[in-house]
Parts: sequence; structure tokens; C-alpha cells
Amino acid sequence: MTVPDVTGSPPLDNADPHVRHDPARFDPRLRRRAAFGAVFAVVCFLATTVGVFVLAALLVDIFRDGWSRLTVEFLNGFPSRFPDRAGIKPALHGSIWVLGLTALISFPLGVGTAIWLEEYAPNNWFTRFVEINIANLAGVPSIVYGILGLALFVRAFALGRSVLAAALTLALLILPVIIIASQEAIKAVPGSIRLGAYALGATRWEAIRYQVMPLALPGILTGTILALSRAIGEAAPVIMVGALGFLAFVPTGPLDNFTVIPFQIYNWVSRPQTEFHELAAAASIVLLVLLLTMNGAAIWLRNRYYRKL
Amino acid sequence: MRSRHARERLVGAVLLGFSIVSILTTLGIVGVLLFDSAAFFAEVSPLEFFTGTSWTPLFRPANFGVLPLLAGSLLIAAGAAMVALPIGLAAAIYLSEYAHIRAKRVLKPVLEILAGVPTVVYGYFALTFVTPIIRSIWPSTEIFNAASASIVMGIMIIPMVSSMSEDAMSAVPLSLREAAYALGATRVEVATRTIVPAALSGIIASFILAISRAIGETMIVTIAAGAQPALTLNPLRGVQTMTAYIAQTAQGEAPHGSVEYRTIFAVGLTLFAITLLMNILSGLVLRRFREEYE
Repeated sequence: MTVPDVTGSPPLDNADPHVRHDPARFDPRLRRRAAFGAVFAVVCFLATTVGVFVLAALLVDIFRDGWSRLTVEFLNGFPSRFPDRAGIKPALHGSIWVLGLTALISFPLGVGTAIWLEEYAPNNWFTRFVEINIANLAGVPSIVYGILGLALFVRAFALGRSVLAAALTLALLILPVIIIASQEAIKAVPGSIRLGAYALGATRWEAIRYQVMPLALPGILTGTILALSRAIGEAAPVIMVGALGFLAFVPTGPLDNFTVIPFQIYNWVSRPQTEFHELAAAASIVLLVLLLTMNGAAIWLRNRYYRKL
Repeated sequence: MRSRHARERLVGAVLLGFSIVSILTTLGIVGVLLFDSAAFFAEVSPLEFFTGTSWTPLFRPANFGVLPLLAGSLLIAAGAAMVALPIGLAAAIYLSEYAHIRAKRVLKPVLEILAGVPTVVYGYFALTFVTPIIRSIWPSTEIFNAASASIVMGIMIIPMVSSMSEDAMSAVPLSLREAAYALGATRVEVATRTIVPAALSGIIASFILAISRAIGETMIVTIAAGAQPALTLNPLRGVQTMTAYIAQTAQGEAPHGSVEYRTIFAVGLTLFAITLLMNILSGLVLRRFREEYE
């Protein structure tokens, strides 16, 4: 027990040798601290590379299992109980159908909402409510959107297990992503551009249509492509809306039954036989190539955009 | 002139109409979940649902206690958090305080790719790559087990933790770092005693958001964790999460209007409420506890 020091002077005489506030005996322990710092830096670096290693393991795993199944017959074949004859033609076509319709629905809605929020919305409670609501929608699990799609589009609107029901569900799922990305792109257009248009007699819509939009479009398209690449990889909402594991035809209209690549992967990986697992791996390669293409397009647009501004 | 004004008004009205779609989406989700959940709770008492420890809606006698599903979701999310929070935070510290710009240029896109891998592909990876490794170490592990799904889910949410935390750390003013260095702090001391505490609200918000994402994720657990509701803490056993139950039940032909069909909505409502509360909490932490600089 030490006696409280009321004089304010440090108790130098009977001080413990390890007390560090004694300036005469201050030991910065530099070597120990430097060693700890070096270990810490290595640990943090290794943590960052975990992602690199896992990504490599994942790609090796999928290519090793699926490469030999990836043939022209696989891309052109229909699902089958015999793994050697099974293919992903309906899933590939289904994914493209769903993706196209999702884009047609979500792009105008998302960009329109972003334009309204950035250019038209008054600064009041309603606007704030819309923005908070969009932020919360972005965090809703995708399977909950699937439940909405099942109850609303499949049942209440009687669209059945159709391409259109899936596209509507996925469009609502990615709507917040498109809105937020489009808002960022519109915000980045300098205000002087709008003022210049107004000074020349343009109305609000004319300023947006002919001045703001051309400048914001690359950013909007980048965000939309990234959102669509999320939609093309989603399986959970599509399960809820009722994708089919065995489809003997290719969808030809928005009200046809459908399947998509992620669902086909899930369907095959759920079977115990390794032959079907190989098919799932081959379909995963196709899906990853599609995603890579879309992301490449987004990066290309982004780079073009940076050069322009 | 008049037609231009008319067009202006029309465009404004149309754009406002588009904005209302997002509100209708929220109303639709809440409405759909509440409507069928109300029908469900007319047949099953909420007390049984929220406190029952057995979930066997397809058997006779049917039990509707959601706790095993909730426990499954929490077990997997806890495992994912044990993987993602330390690794994600360490990665954020490295990227924000240590990494050379050239290292950043390679590592950040890799993390972005990791975040963009479809969850169904992660599920395949968990089942065919991670599970065999776990089973070779602990042979008693079931084929469908919580550990494998947890680990892969953790890896999936690393980019969320690292990118949000890194943003928070990068926002800490340079003057704080300089002051700490001037006092003789080493790099690790600056990182852990100055930067991390200053960015703590952003870091914790990223943790909450990542865990919320893990609770709401469906495909990894549906593929790799199994379909057996179990009230267990053993990660080597199979469990069923809320999301996996919803997906698996929707595929079986539960007749429309039956109690089994309505369980989808009652479980969905529970899931929606939990993730919504966590997302709101994350936003509150970010705003309420932010250290304001400048």
C-alpha cells in the first residue's frame, strides 16, 4: 500500500524500479515494442491475404471438379437424370431472360427515383423518409424479397412460376443498389452545368435530360451493371418464386416456366452423386465467366468516366 | 411555352411515382409477412412459437417452436463472426495503416471479387472443399455441419468488415496520427491505441452489419449446414437456420393456405425483424457514437 502523495512531488526515494513515470529510470523498451510491431504487421498482412488464398482455393476447387464437364454438349443440353447427358441450356437462356427483364424494370425505376431525389425532391420529411426507407431496403435479406415475390407476384398477381415473377422480384431486390449508385453519379455532376442550362432558358427537365444525364450516365451504367451482376448470381429469391430443376424447354415468353444458372447449381449440388457435383462446378464456371464479363464492362465504363471528368 | 410547362409537371409526377415504388416495396414486404403470419398465429399461439424448443411442422404431432431455427441461425452467425471480425479488422488495419499503394491496388480488388462471388458457389465450396477437410480432422463430423457453413460464411463477410472499417479508419484525420507519432508511439501503437478507438463507431457498425448479413444469408447454409432443426452448440452437427427452413419448405409442395405454408411467413417475419433491428442499430451506432473531427 502506498500513502497518497499530497505534496505533488514524485516519491523518488522508495520508488519501485519498474515505475515508468520516474524520468531518471524511464525505459522506452524500444526493442520489445518494435518486435511486437513487426509481429503485428505480419499478422495483419496475413489476414489481408486470407481472401487471396481462399479465392485461389475456390477457383482451383471449381475448375478441378468442373473443367472436364464443360463441353459444347453441356452448354447446349437439357437437364437429365443421366449426368453425362445433362446440360444448362434452359438455365443459361433463363438467366438471360430474367436478367433482361430485370434490367428493363429496375433501370427506369432506379434512375427515375435517383433523379427525383437529387433534382426534384423538396427538403422535407417525405424525402427523408424515402431515403431512409431505401437504405433499410438495401439490408433486407434476399430470401425475404423471395417471400414477397411468392405471395405478391406468383399468387396475388397470378403470374405463376414465371420468368416475369422472378424478374419483378429481382428488380425490387436490386432497386436500392441502382438508386444509391445513380444518386452518387448525379451528385458528382457540378451544379454550374445546371445553372448554365437554366441561363440559356432550359427547363428543369431539359437541363437534366440534355446536360446532367449525359455526364452521369457512365456512373449510372456502372452501378446498374454491378447491381445486375448481383441479380444474376442470386438463388434464394428464385427458389421462393419457384424455379424448376427439370426444364425440358427454353423459355420463349415472360410467362413461361423457367430456371436460372444459380438454381441449377443448387439443384445439382443437392444430389449425393459426385457426377452431379461436377456438373454444378461446370455451371459455376459458366456463372463466374458471365459475372467476370459484366464486371469487366463495369470497370471499362468506370475508367472511361474518370478520363472524361 | 404551355406545353413545356405541362411536360415539366408530367415528368415531375412520373418521377415521384417511381420513387413511391420503393415505399410500396417496404409496405408489400411488411404487409405480406404480417398478413400470413396473422393467419399462422390464429392457429399457433405466439407463446408456443417463441418459446417452444421443438420445430417439427411437417410431422404429427406438429410442434412450432422457432427456437431451434433461431439457435441454428445464431450458431452459424457466431461462427462466421469469429472468422470475419478479427480477420476483417486486421485486414482493415493493414490496408489503412500499413499497405503500400501498390499492395492496395492488388488486395482491394481481390476483396471486391470475394464479395461478388455468388453465394451458391460459396455453398458448393463449403460442401465439397471445407467439409472434407473438417471431416478428415474430426471424423465424427456430420456431412452437413454448422462449422463448414460458418467458416465459408465468415470468409464471405470479410470484405464487408474490412471495407467499412477501412473507410472509418481512413477518415481519422492525419493530425491524430502525427500527434501520436510525435509522442514516440510505434506504428502498432498508433494503429491500435489511436486509430482504432477513433474509428470505433464505424468498426462496430461494420461488425453489426456483417452479422446481420450472416443471419440473412440463405444458400451457404441451405447447401452445407443441413435440414435438421437442432438446439445444439456443437458445430460439427447439422443445423437448420431460419433462411434454410424457408428455402427448403418453399421447394416442398406445402399446399397454399395450410399451416406449413404459413410457417414460411412467420419465420420470415422473425428473420425480417431481427435483420431490420440490427441494421437500424448499426446506423445508430455510426451516428450516435461517432467521434467528430473538424
